[in-house]
Amino acid sequence: MRAPTSLLPLTLERVCFEAGGRRIIDDVSLTLERGARTVILGPNGAGKSVLLRLCHGLLAPTSGRIAWSARERTTGGRAQAMVFQRPVMLRRSALANVAYGLKVAGVGATERDARARAALERVGLTHLAARPARVLSGGEQQRLALARAWTLNPEVLFLDEPTANLDPGATHEIEAAIQAIHAGGTKIVMVTHNLGQARRIADEILFLHNGRIAERASAVRFFTAPGCPEAAAFLKGELLW
Amino acid sequence: METIAAALRDAGRMMLALDPALVEIVLLSLRVSLTAVLVATLVGLPLGAAIAVRRFPGRRAVVIVLNALMGLPPVVVGLVVYLLLSRSGPLGELGLLFTPGAMIIAQAILITPIIAALARQAVEDAWREYQEQLRSLGARPAQSALTLLWDTKFSLVTTVLAGFGRAAAEVGAVMIVGGNIDGVTRVMTTAIALETSKGDLPLALGLGVVLVTIVLALNAAAYLVKETAQRRYG
Repeated sequence: MRAPTSLLPLTLERVCFEAGGRRIIDDVSLTLERGARTVILGPNGAGKSVLLRLCHGLLAPTSGRIAWSARERTTGGRAQAMVFQRPVMLRRSALANVAYGLKVAGVGATERDARARAALERVGLTHLAARPARVLSGGEQQRLALARAWTLNPEVLFLDEPTANLDPGATHEIEAAIQAIHAGGTKIVMVTHNLGQARRIADEILFLHNGRIAERASAVRFFTAPGCPEAAAFLKGELLW
Repeated sequence: METIAAALRDAGRMMLALDPALVEIVLLSLRVSLTAVLVATLVGLPLGAAIAVRRFPGRRAVVIVLNALMGLPPVVVGLVVYLLLSRSGPLGELGLLFTPGAMIIAQAILITPIIAALARQAVEDAWREYQEQLRSLGARPAQSALTLLWDTKFSLVTTVLAGFGRAAAEVGAVMIVGGNIDGVTRVMTTAIALETSKGDLPLALGLGVVLVTIVLALNAAAYLVKETAQRRYG
């Protein structure tokens, strides 16, 4: 399934992003390698979601350079996928929503159906396959969004606070799916402001503050001995702005 | 008051008896307006969807003009089509003037902007919601436009019906390019105008009732379809 050459590492060089006269991402340089689960933490307005969208190509940087190590393939679908805070479901069945991503990726109808069913099975939604996607619960819709991304076998999966609107049970199911996707070899890059979730999932932490990377450290290191005062304050639950 | 009551009674009798003159006029009206709606839909929906999802220079101007064209006066459309199709006009050789074909052309021109502008609005609203997801999946603009048209299909039914209502109810354009020739180009609206001025109120009223009933029934059906769909698909 995978393109012969790896997209990763992803390199950002002096990336800035401005909107409405405000600098949201301020001179960020970083490299994202294969393997490690990267969790982006930071207070509201730090620029976490924007950084994710810049990486995924949904936004173009105002200045600076964002480069994958291989050219992204132009046929057979994208090698990266994203799951949003609020899942966007098409007005069709759950199964058809998963199959839609495969259709855009140019997968033939028979294979599409089989792969979409397998993906629903993996997130435990087989019994809801024929139900209209938009009437499912928030947690079910988010699992569906994960299935839609998963079935594309992305090399990188970006997640933007996927459990922000969900209860603990649904959150647990989403996290289990994310771990399984990681186990399958997909690079995970996730934004959250749920510290417990960051502890459970992260191998490394990118701590963003005022559009800059204030700290980058392994998860263990970050949670035991944060290297900058903003991170220490954030971990203690103090308000940052 | 007495005349109106009598006319209504006569109109009711004509409708129940399926008066041949009345039926012929109704059928021609439906043929002309439905064909015009079909043409306008085939042009207007893709056009509206394309404008909704694409960003290009002058887009704002296009949207403003398109919205303004929704208010095109039928008589002006009729006049322009008349000039195009008249014997000395650029399309005179087609010999379409004073035929149902000319009426279809005029009505299609009249309602294509309505369908395109309303579709643009509906698709653009959906685009705002779906945009990031569709771009994330790698959908190209044409593919996104098709997906959005399919996903907004229940709203678009109302859009198409708005076009039909306008076509079936207008009198100026078909009067000018059709000529209101008995048995050839006489439709409900032109017949009502003529019969009223002649004083044949029962036929005029009967046609009026049929016209209003058709528009009412179609819109009720569209409303129910949309409501049911919304409940089922969210």
